[in-house]
Amino acid sequence: MNILLTNIDPNDPNIKKNAQHHRALAKELRQHIAEAEEGGGPKYRQRQEEQGKLFVRERIERLLDPRSPFLELSSLAAKKLYNGAAAGAGLVTGIGRVSGREVMIVANDATVKGGSYYPITVKKHLRAQQIAEENHLPCLYLVDSGGAFLPLQAEVFPDQNHFGRIFYNQARMSAKRIPQIAAVMGSCTAGGAYVPAMSDEAVIVKGTGTIFLGGPPLVKAATGEDVTAEELGGADVHTRLSGVTDHFAEDDDHAIQILRDIVETLPPAPQHDTHLSTLGLLPPEEPLYPPEEIYGILPTTFREAYDVREIIARLVDGSKFREFKARYGTTLITGFARVCGYPVGIIANNGILFGESALKGAHFVELCEQRGTPLIFLQNITGFMVGKEYEAGGIAKDGAKMVHAVANTSVPKLTVVIGGSFGAGNYAMSGRGYLPRFLWMWPNARISVMGGEQAANVLLTVKQDQLAREGAEPMTPKEAEAFKAPILEKYETEGNPYYSTARLWDDGVIDPIDTREVLGLALSVVLNAPVEKGGFGVFRM
Amino acid sequence: MKRTPFKKILVANRGEIAIRIIRACQELDIRTVSVYSEADADALHVRHADEAVLIGPPAPLESYLNIEKLLNAARETGAEAIHPGYGFLSENADFAEAVRTEGLTFIGPPVDAIRIMGDKAESKIRMKAAGVPTIPGAEGIETLAEFEKASDKIGYPVLVKAAAGGGGKGMRVVWEKSELPEGIESARREALNAFGDETLLVEKYLPSARHIEFQVFGDQHGHITHLFERECSVQRRHQKIIEETPSPLLNDELRQKMGAAAIAVAQAVNYYNAGTVEFIVDPETDEFYFLEMNTRLQVEHPVTEMVLGIDLVQWQIRVAAGEAFPYEAEDLNPRGHAIEARLYAEDPANSFLPSTGVILKFGEPGGPGIRVDSGIATGSEISHYYDPMLAKIIVHAEDRGTAIQRLQNALRNSIVHGVITNVDFLQAILGHDAFQAGTVTTRWVEEIFGEWKPSPNIPHEVLIAAALADLVQPAITIGGNASQVSSPDPFSPWKKASGFRLRRSK
Repeated sequence: MNILLTNIDPNDPNIKKNAQHHRALAKELRQHIAEAEEGGGPKYRQRQEEQGKLFVRERIERLLDPRSPFLELSSLAAKKLYNGAAAGAGLVTGIGRVSGREVMIVANDATVKGGSYYPITVKKHLRAQQIAEENHLPCLYLVDSGGAFLPLQAEVFPDQNHFGRIFYNQARMSAKRIPQIAAVMGSCTAGGAYVPAMSDEAVIVKGTGTIFLGGPPLVKAATGEDVTAEELGGADVHTRLSGVTDHFAEDDDHAIQILRDIVETLPPAPQHDTHLSTLGLLPPEEPLYPPEEIYGILPTTFREAYDVREIIARLVDGSKFREFKARYGTTLITGFARVCGYPVGIIANNGILFGESALKGAHFVELCEQRGTPLIFLQNITGFMVGKEYEAGGIAKDGAKMVHAVANTSVPKLTVVIGGSFGAGNYAMSGRGYLPRFLWMWPNARISVMGGEQAANVLLTVKQDQLAREGAEPMTPKEAEAFKAPILEKYETEGNPYYSTARLWDDGVIDPIDTREVLGLALSVVLNAPVEKGGFGVFRM
Repeated sequence: MKRTPFKKILVANRGEIAIRIIRACQELDIRTVSVYSEADADALHVRHADEAVLIGPPAPLESYLNIEKLLNAARETGAEAIHPGYGFLSENADFAEAVRTEGLTFIGPPVDAIRIMGDKAESKIRMKAAGVPTIPGAEGIETLAEFEKASDKIGYPVLVKAAAGGGGKGMRVVWEKSELPEGIESARREALNAFGDETLLVEKYLPSARHIEFQVFGDQHGHITHLFERECSVQRRHQKIIEETPSPLLNDELRQKMGAAAIAVAQAVNYYNAGTVEFIVDPETDEFYFLEMNTRLQVEHPVTEMVLGIDLVQWQIRVAAGEAFPYEAEDLNPRGHAIEARLYAEDPANSFLPSTGVILKFGEPGGPGIRVDSGIATGSEISHYYDPMLAKIIVHAEDRGTAIQRLQNALRNSIVHGVITNVDFLQAILGHDAFQAGTVTTRWVEEIFGEWKPSPNIPHEVLIAAALADLVQPAITIGGNASQVSSPDPFSPWKKASGFRLRRSK
């Protein structure tokens, strides 16, 4: 297979400048993540320790197989939301390996407002469940939560994708033979009580784990009965009397061991047709070029162009890439490669989308559909070409073909936003609405209906037209700049990847140099999931 | 000049010796034919040869010991000569004869020599006649007076034993004349019980004997010489464990005497090709006695090769083709010291019972002065059908002390996983003061290591290695049921001990 050659000279001053810029962004990302990993901070962590409870991240570390990978999801959820009070939305979710089996872990962080559910917490919990369901991953819930965050109950409780959906998902997944297992390692009050109750098997920790629909204060208020939490819904009550939980654990470590034992004795995942069973695997090969060079390849602004093949060369096995339709629709790069041994089809933007690029994209999606090859979208798209000639050429219907193909393909899609994600390009390149199995953003990415600059210019043009209609003087360049500034600022803020990830528009912001490993882990997950039936509808011709 | 004594040789053996012979053939530009049983279809000796012929079911009698099948294989492949190796049919005169009758060359001694040396009583008579010292004794005697007379002549201590005997039954050591009546009576009783025959004989008892053998080598032109000795006193139930040359016991005078006796033995049966004359030596008196002659290549031949720099297997082939053997003991100067240790698949903790299974990992030691003759590789199967010897580790160094250290280190660097081996036992022997002093006798292993068991404690290094392996390969060792180990996703990055976390990248 063709090996991608590189034209990058690491000593080129421009490359060095780029590298400096993007290394700084990566460093900033690590700082944000480190901050979020502190949870509610030292004070609450100490309180938890005094209760004999492990910090949520320590629980997860001990639950995972030693030195095994952990693919955390949306660790920066709720960033800057709720006055910055909900680090990671008070919930840690991610895919990890427990007793030799990949599982979805959903663990409350009680150091963040007692682990209560903010709107984004609910969204993060549901997203983890969705990934588990799509990929048939057993779910392990480490429960330590006071339930819904009451001041925001209207945004947490009533709607379709609110709190109740958690238990609906548990029931549905259980019916699909996706094991649902809970360990009650703290309070589990009211609605929260249903997490263990809805699980297939549940563990509870002596002394700290409690389950009740109404806590001691509510009981006192309702009946005047004085009762301790342990008497009301402790480990002894629930394993001996009520049967709400099945296993009695002496402490967190014991509960973790019981969880590991449960996973160890689960039957293997039911035999489905998986994509893996039809794809030929090869041992993984490292790319020929160091991934760190990605920092230098990425320009500092979206105005500057670069060849996305340079990125592909640093993501795929042996930097080998069999390009498809290399001479046609050249602003979209399509081709076959392997990532960590898994065959993939790659669709990457190399400029604005034209009608030909979209047709090529649609054709390539059809190839991957036919061959059962998973798709990786490397999204860096300012949008479709505009103008009289292109509209007359039917660019809208060509774009529609690609969007149609992407929407309907049954092969797993993984999307990485490596640059801009603007306008209809987002749809054609498998944006969030197109249900890619995973979607990540690089720290330099931006996402909005159009680029900030375009938006400001469009609004400026509209304003100037209005002024002209009113017979007023057009704005001076200085006035125009002042007019544009707030628009640019708004787009910069709302298009920022941290704004996006805080709201769970993605599954996380990742360091570009982690991309290959993240894709490999994700490919293993999605390719082991059952194959879905595909089928295309009407392509507008 | 290129010597090609034969175009094609059939190797009627298996395991390490078959490979040893094939290598010699390859060096001489001779094509090789391996034979194999159904159990050996994937064996290494099959892969090494140019051709291989399946000769039957695993049981040796139906394959490696079946003369007709071997001859058929030779006919089929057009082999001109057959090398029997050691064991199996190597000392079977009928086989040697059948090969020659077939018009093929038997790479070994004359048929008569095999036949005579195969008969213990006959060979002893022949050797006596040739003036070779044999163990003094008397048979065909019955009365106490006869026993007393014979024992006086032999000299005490004597061994009174059942003529039909074996396995230590019906045997009594008598240290002085006064003990003789009781010894005879109890030996008789036991002999009668065990064999239904109370006939006894008496022979000299050597409380501390050494097993020292001489390599002999002759050609078909009447030239025969010895190629110095090998000491094989380290034995367990007559199974040699460690062999070395030169013997720490012999001085030049005794060596010369024994060498001359060995040549006399060989000459007495008009010997040619490779053979070994085994003696037992009384270290107290330096008296030596003929024990038997092995009319074939010995397992321990490499130690001789190491100190002499002569390839015995190549010369076996060349003299079989009629070449003259050019060496003479007087002209040879053995250099340094060589020791061989036999690595067996057997369990010292469990009466040394053979340990069978698949070799999960085999790693040979290497380095200066280290030679490994092995017949296995990673993936080989050790079955119960054949000898459980896995490999011979042979070292050569300037002196005995250095050779022992080299062997100890070589054994430390030998890797055999999948079956239990005697490697700890070998190390225990090599590390023992008596072995290091070079004073061990043929009963030493039973006396000192009779109750020996390998340490049940697992060395720290092994535990550390296991822990590290867990880290490197969590999928294999941690949790998980079998179906997850044989995953359809063999290269899954989830199985790597990458410790991957999103925050960790630099």
